[in-house]
Amino acid sequence: MLKIITKAEAGTLESGDIHIEIERNETPEVEIDLSSTVMKLYGRQITQVIRETLSELGIAGAIVTATDKGALDCTVRARVKTAVYRACQSSEYAW
Amino acid sequence: MAQKHRLRRTMMFIPGNNPGMMRDAHIYGSDSLMFDLEDSVSMAEKDAARQLVYQALKTIDYGSTEIVVRINPLDTPYGRADVEAMVAAGAQVLRMPKTETPQDIIECEKVIAEMEAKYGRPQGDTLMMAAIEGALGVVNAYQIATSSQRLIGIALGAEDFCANMKCQRTTSGAELQLARQTIVVAARAAGIDALDTVYSDVNNEEQLLYETRLIKELGFDGKSVINPRQIAPVHSVFNPAPKDIEKAKRIVAALKEAEAKGSGVISLNGKMIDKPVVLRAQRVIELALIAGIISPAEVE
Repeated sequence: MLKIITKAEAGTLESGDIHIEIERNETPEVEIDLSSTVMKLYGRQITQVIRETLSELGIAGAIVTATDKGALDCTVRARVKTAVYRACQSSEYAW
Repeated sequence: MAQKHRLRRTMMFIPGNNPGMMRDAHIYGSDSLMFDLEDSVSMAEKDAARQLVYQALKTIDYGSTEIVVRINPLDTPYGRADVEAMVAAGAQVLRMPKTETPQDIIECEKVIAEMEAKYGRPQGDTLMMAAIEGALGVVNAYQIATSSQRLIGIALGAEDFCANMKCQRTTSGAELQLARQTIVVAARAAGIDALDTVYSDVNNEEQLLYETRLIKELGFDGKSVINPRQIAPVHSVFNPAPKDIEKAKRIVAALKEAEAKGSGVISLNGKMIDKPVVLRAQRVIELALIAGIISPAEVE
């Protein structure tokens, strides 16, 4: 089971990417602070993808700071997963 | 769907940790795309690139473009994890870097087979290609080319090869001549493709064309490219010229006529045509068809 041990980040601020920073939340809630170049159109969808990805990984308590530069959903998933595995210091990937 | 034999005039490198390039890489018309988990990705970002390529392959529809992934060597901490993720993602071809002996391929094939079983892919579904990037690899080229039924081709990696050979890249390509010829002969003998190295100066189209003509004359099937701008020049060299297509059509028509008459002798304009000439003409027609230059109706 994945458990956040440390603060971690993944992704870049280049076009088409999203930068994700994640840390443990002491309460079992997911707090997402998103800024995006396409906030009006896709802000809700990006937030939903982040939530779904965390839920899929079994992460209940997390504080996520996301800076989006027009990433596709698959990029959002990839960056969130990378940040989570780094934060959990785990390499037991479930492909 | 992976295909062992197909058109591979161009194979475009896409750095594995660059989502912007990954998104629309297939729209430029390269025959194959090669997502790179190796040299273009720093050690600190290997996990991120592997995850990004995995998610892209699971999500983005690259149409009929062949999907190749260059993995890290198995003797690094990343190689086995790369194979697992890419087999799980459904990559069509895994490219092994720095292949020096047939054993390198055999060992990688074992891991691929293990992962195919683990992730429910049919055994043998994941194809392979081997990059030869050193003197030992060139010496072992034929043994490497025949080491697995999964191999679709062998490719030259010139920068590492030159470093290993203690020589410099030159505009004439003299330093690569033996390696290129050895690789193309080995590939032909094994019945697989020969693919040439990248030309890294994207602003020098003249030299790219020179290199491409040279390798086409040697018998190569295609060339690796690093920028969409390099695709059209390389295709222009590999696509058969209109006059060659017309000549090939006449030869193939003469062949059909001879077959219809039950004659073993093929002649065109009063001259006998030898079998190798017929084979070359058939290859020109095949290339023109696959490249979409002519339609099947034109050669019926």
